[in-house]
Amino acid sequence: MKEFDPGEAASIISVTDKVVPVAIGMAVTSVHFLGDTAAFVGAEESVAMVSGQGDISRVSVHGGGILCAAADSGRIVLGGDDGKLVSLNAKGEVVLLATDAKRRWIDNVALHPDGVVAWSVGKTAFVHTGKGEDKSFEVPSTVGGLVFAPKGLRLAIAHYNGVTLWFPNMVGSAEVLEWAGSHLGVVFSPDNKFLVTAMHEPALHGWRLADSRHMRMTGYPGRVRSMSWSAGGKALATSGADSVILWPFASKDGPMGKEPAMLAPLQARASMVACHPKQDIFAAGYSDGTILMVRLQDGAEILVRKNGTAPVSALAWNAKGTLLAFADEEGDAGLLAL
Amino acid sequence: MPDLTSSKIPVTVLTGYLGAGKTTLLNRILSENHGKKYAVIVNEFGEIGIDNDLIIGADEEVFEMNNGCVCCTVRGDLVRILDGLMKRKGKFDAIIVETTGLADPAPVAQTFFVDEDVQKNARLDAVVTVADAKWLSDRLKDAPEAKNQIAFADVIVLNKTDLVSKAELAEVEARIRGINPYAKLHRTERCQVALSDVLERGAFDLDRILEIEPEFLEAGDDHDHHDHDHHHGHDHGHNHGGLKHYHDEDMQSLSLRTDKLLDPSKFMPWLQNLVAVEGQKILRSKGILAFTDDDERYVFQGVHMMLEGDHQRAWKDGEARESRLVFIGRELPEQTIRDGFESCITT
Repeated sequence: MKEFDPGEAASIISVTDKVVPVAIGMAVTSVHFLGDTAAFVGAEESVAMVSGQGDISRVSVHGGGILCAAADSGRIVLGGDDGKLVSLNAKGEVVLLATDAKRRWIDNVALHPDGVVAWSVGKTAFVHTGKGEDKSFEVPSTVGGLVFAPKGLRLAIAHYNGVTLWFPNMVGSAEVLEWAGSHLGVVFSPDNKFLVTAMHEPALHGWRLADSRHMRMTGYPGRVRSMSWSAGGKALATSGADSVILWPFASKDGPMGKEPAMLAPLQARASMVACHPKQDIFAAGYSDGTILMVRLQDGAEILVRKNGTAPVSALAWNAKGTLLAFADEEGDAGLLAL
Repeated sequence: MPDLTSSKIPVTVLTGYLGAGKTTLLNRILSENHGKKYAVIVNEFGEIGIDNDLIIGADEEVFEMNNGCVCCTVRGDLVRILDGLMKRKGKFDAIIVETTGLADPAPVAQTFFVDEDVQKNARLDAVVTVADAKWLSDRLKDAPEAKNQIAFADVIVLNKTDLVSKAELAEVEARIRGINPYAKLHRTERCQVALSDVLERGAFDLDRILEIEPEFLEAGDDHDHHDHDHHHGHDHGHNHGGLKHYHDEDMQSLSLRTDKLLDPSKFMPWLQNLVAVEGQKILRSKGILAFTDDDERYVFQGVHMMLEGDHQRAWKDGEARESRLVFIGRELPEQTIRDGFESCITT
């Protein structure tokens, strides 16, 4: 397959006729690629594995709601309200990784590039290194989000009034980045220089890790649910507004003192964003079902899906950037090969 | 206005001081043969004697919104749990949130005002407070939390009435009414109350604000309330149906009424400013309003600084176009509020 090239055209082009429609038949909350298989994570109980040809097979993963999912190229790790943490690979094999003794909800999960898994239950974050015992760390309030740093075994745990950075293999290593409010999503910049959280209020908060300098990113009409780094980490694309908001992170100061780019404005709220893994392009899904592909440089748009459905709830590229998968809250999904 | 509320899941907040009987009521709700399935958010696992896979433990974590207002607090755990529960939509009919005995109901209620996602999927139905007939009078003296829970309530289940004399019962009811004359009050033993009296109340539903009348006239067993006319402007000093009338030192309700029309260009800024300035003191507010040049009833309700309001329906032919407001709160600046309200009345 050739690499995707949006060409030079500035006016809107449509590729809606190239989308392979897929009826998932259940509410979808996220999608992840395992090789070229698109795995659509349902709101409850199962994952729908869809091949490039559009063949669907369902795999049961939880005995209730699926609360969180994180994926690398080989597997998806999923936490449920049944108190279980499981992994799923491209062959559809499910492995039970952990069970909460009190059957409490597994609220968050994160995957390290080396295969280490972290998850959280209430205020406690757990790390399963694969060797020796699981390690745990309790933060002052319920964990809102988890993510591993791109370098070293370091876990960021978002909670009320800040983020705790923890090296699971070093005792007494926890460091707290404080900022009042409830922090939900959390991401590191790919260069490991910045940490950004999505807050309960419609705002992002960031820290430059070298000196813990604050970065306030506000002005959203709605809560930011989706964040995605552009290729090379030059910009952070975010949902939550009626256009996609991209904060510049190319300089050493990150977005401090700079205006964000606002691309692909519509009469609907951006609900999902997914940056292309290699090129300066992102896909954006909206609350009215629209999906666009957009070039960062000039905002040129390509229509992938027309409006008029439930909000887009899942959007992902495969690792090569040759396939785009999407789904809406009602399970109407599609695959686009480029 | 299209009815969007019906698809939203009703949420009942169950409060009550320690030992009042919350768990008894909860167990009753869950065990009764009503054919409904409830998701229950509790603080202590294990107290519920019913097997239900939709019982979720909560931590009652409150955080302040970053808007500089100390009373704008939200239950963050509730945001998270409701978000998780919505993945299992269709598996339950309603949600019950049990708070700890020491909890302030306001952050729970405010969660429904400020969180977009919560608002999209769920609606606050009512705050139900279970009170202990034997000990409430004492708690009202020494526990501000108990007073808050009574002041905030839409429904009060006055429990353990079998443990007190008739005189003691009258005493505790009078104390409750001194704080909150508007809540529905039910006297019970072992929380034996019809579930329809505590669930599906629609107390926060603007469409269901029908009238604002003190409830205590109807609480008396032998009181005929079919034809009581509307002349009692809730002035103190009355002796309704033999009930003693207490005036709680710091928590009280204030009701305002006029049969002249209100000027919306004066009233709206006044109300917004009032809750902005005094919102910390005002626990609950509610109003039915008749505006100049407006053929529709306007209704509003609020919790602390948060307000929501809308046109409800057209005034009916022959219906008196009068405005009624009530504020329940702590150390309310009565004269300031009355003067402010007066200035919004057209002459």
